Amino acid sequence: MLVVVEQCLNGLQFGLLLFLLAAGLTLVFGIMDFVNLAHGSLYMMGAYFAATFVAWTGSFVLGVVLALGATLLLGILLESVALRHLYGRDHLDQVLATFGLILFFNDLVRLVWGPAGLALPLPSWLTVPVQILPGVYYPAYRLSIIIVALAVAAMLYFVVMRTRIGMLIRAGASNREMIGALGINIKLLFTLVFGLGAALAGLAGLMQAPILTVQIGMGENILILAFVIIVIGGIGSIRGAFMAAIFVGMIDTLGRAFLPDLLRKVLSSTAASTAAPALSSMLIYLLMAIILVVRPEGLFPAAKR
Amino acid sequence: MKLSFNARNVVVVLVIAGLLLLPVYSALSGKVFVLTLFTRIIIFALAAASLNLIMGYGGMMSFGHAAYLGIGGYAVGILAHEGIGSGFIQWPVALITSALFALVIGSLSLRTRGVYFIMITLAFAQMAYYVASGLSRYGGDDGLTIYKRSDFGGLINLSDRVQFYYVCLACLLGGVYLIWRIVNSRFGMVVQGVRSNEQRMQAIGFPAYRYRLVCFVISGTICGLAGALLANNTDFVSPAVMYWTRSGDLMVMVIFGGMGSLFGPVIGAIAFLLLEEFLSQFTEYWALIMGPLLLLIVLFARGGIMGILGRFSRG
Repeated sequence: MLVVVEQCLNGLQFGLLLFLLAAGLTLVFGIMDFVNLAHGSLYMMGAYFAATFVAWTGSFVLGVVLALGATLLLGILLESVALRHLYGRDHLDQVLATFGLILFFNDLVRLVWGPAGLALPLPSWLTVPVQILPGVYYPAYRLSIIIVALAVAAMLYFVVMRTRIGMLIRAGASNREMIGALGINIKLLFTLVFGLGAALAGLAGLMQAPILTVQIGMGENILILAFVIIVIGGIGSIRGAFMAAIFVGMIDTLGRAFLPDLLRKVLSSTAASTAAPALSSMLIYLLMAIILVVRPEGLFPAAKR
Repeated sequence: MKLSFNARNVVVVLVIAGLLLLPVYSALSGKVFVLTLFTRIIIFALAAASLNLIMGYGGMMSFGHAAYLGIGGYAVGILAHEGIGSGFIQWPVALITSALFALVIGSLSLRTRGVYFIMITLAFAQMAYYVASGLSRYGGDDGLTIYKRSDFGGLINLSDRVQFYYVCLACLLGGVYLIWRIVNSRFGMVVQGVRSNEQRMQAIGFPAYRYRLVCFVISGTICGLAGALLANNTDFVSPAVMYWTRSGDLMVMVIFGGMGSLFGPVIGAIAFLLLEEFLSQFTEYWALIMGPLLLLIVLFARGGIMGILGRFSRG
C-alpha cells in the first residue's frame, strides 16, 4: 500500500514535469503552427544553466532563478534570429531545421561543458523526507516539484484564461490572420509565447536535474514523450496537455514499478525482468497509437480553426 | 520521360559512373576506407530513396523509417544467430517482415494526416526500438553480433569487400529503377494525384487509402532490404539503428538532395555522409557546423541540391 502511494506520487510528479514541457510545446504549436523539435534542447540548456549558476553563486534558489532567466533569453534569441523565418513554412521544413538545432546544441554543450554529465546538488533543506500521511514519508524535493509545477499550471491557466494577454494568445490560436488584422503586434506576441515556452522547458529541465544527472541528449527522450502528450491531448489545448501529461506520467511510472512483478506471475523471472522495461516504455506509444486511430484529433482538441 | 542534356542529368550520370568505378580507384590508390565508406553511403542512399517514394511522391511524411532498417537487420541477425546462414532465406524474410510491419503500421497511421502522421509513425518506430531493446536472447540494448555474413552459396561472397560493394550498388540502382518505374506507372500517377488532391482523386473513383497503403508497404520493403545490407555491412545490429534520430537523418538526406526527385536522395545521402565524414576529420564537434547548415539549407535552398541544379540549368 505504502509503495502504491509513493509510486502514484512519483507518477504525478513526472506527469507534472512533462506538463511543463508539453505546455510550451503545445502553445507554440497551437498558436504559431510551429513544430519545435529543439524544445528538448531548451530543457537540456535549462538544466546545464542551473548546474552552472548554482555552482557559481553557491545558492540553489539564486542559481535557479538565473537559469530560468537565461533560458528565457535563449528562447527569445532563438526565435528572433532563426525560428521566426520558419513560421508559415511546411511542417517538414520546421522538423528539419529544428533537428539541425538539436545537433547544434548537443555539440555546443559538449564543447562548453564537456562530454561528462554534471550533477546539480540539492541544498540540505530539500533532502529531508516529509511525512505526508501518518507513516508515509516522501522526499521533500519531489514534493516541492509537485507544488511548484501545480502552481505554475494554475498560473498558466490564469494567464491564458483570465488576462488580456491570454485572450490574445487564445485568439491567435484560433485565427492568426484575424488578430493581426485587428492591429495586434503578432510578432511580439509570438516572441513572448516562445520565450514563455522556453522558460517552462528550462524549468522542467532544472527541476529534473537533481533527480537524474545533467547530460547531453537528456532532452531527446523526454521531448518525444512531450510530443506524445500534445498529440494525445489535442494540439493547442493546455487542458488536454495537462490531462494527457498526468496520464502519461502515471502510466510510465506505474508501468515501470509494477509491470515486472505482474509479468513474473506469467513469465519466468529473467524473461520478465528484461521484457518489463521494454513493455512499459512501449505502453505509452501503444496508447498514443490507439488514441490516434480512434480519435485522430486527440482527446481534447482546441477549438476548430 | 525525356532525357535531356542539363546540369541535373549530367551530375546524375557522373555520380553513377563514379560509383561504378570507385572500387578501381580504391584498388589503385590502396585506400580501402573509401570503399567501406561508400558501401555505407550506398546502403543509406537506398534507404533514403525508399523514404523519398512515400515522402516526395506520396506526400506521406514518415518519421519512423529507420524502423525498417532495424527490422531488415534483425531478420538477418536473428536467423544467423539461430544457425540459418543462407541469404536465400535471410533476405526474403527481411523483406517480408518489413512489408508486414509496414502493412500493419501503415493501415493504422494512414488514417491520420499532417503532423499527426509524422508523430504516429514516430511512435511505431519507437515501439519497434523498445521491442528490440527487450530481446534479451538477441543482445537486448547491446545489440547482436553477426559472425557470418549472408551465404549465397558459390554465387557471390559477401565477405569480399568489392563483391559486397557491387551487390549494394546493384540493390541501389535496382531500387531507384523500380521507384522510377513505379512513379511513372498508372499506380504512381494515382499516388501523386492523391498527394495533390485527395478528395478529387476519391471523387473520380480511386480508393485513395488503398493506393497510399500499397505505396507505403513498397517503400518499407525496399528499406528492409537496406536494413539487411546494413547488418551485413557492419556485422552487427542493435536497437540504435532504429532510434528516432536515425529516422531524422534519413529525412535530412532526402531533403538535402531534393525531395520528389528520383536521384535526389542518393545525392543527398552522399552529400550528408561525406560532409559528416569530412567535418569530423577537422573537428570532433562536427554537428556544430552541420546543425546550422541544415537550418540554412531549409531557409535558403528549397528543393535541395537537385533543386539548385535544376535552377542552374534553366539559367
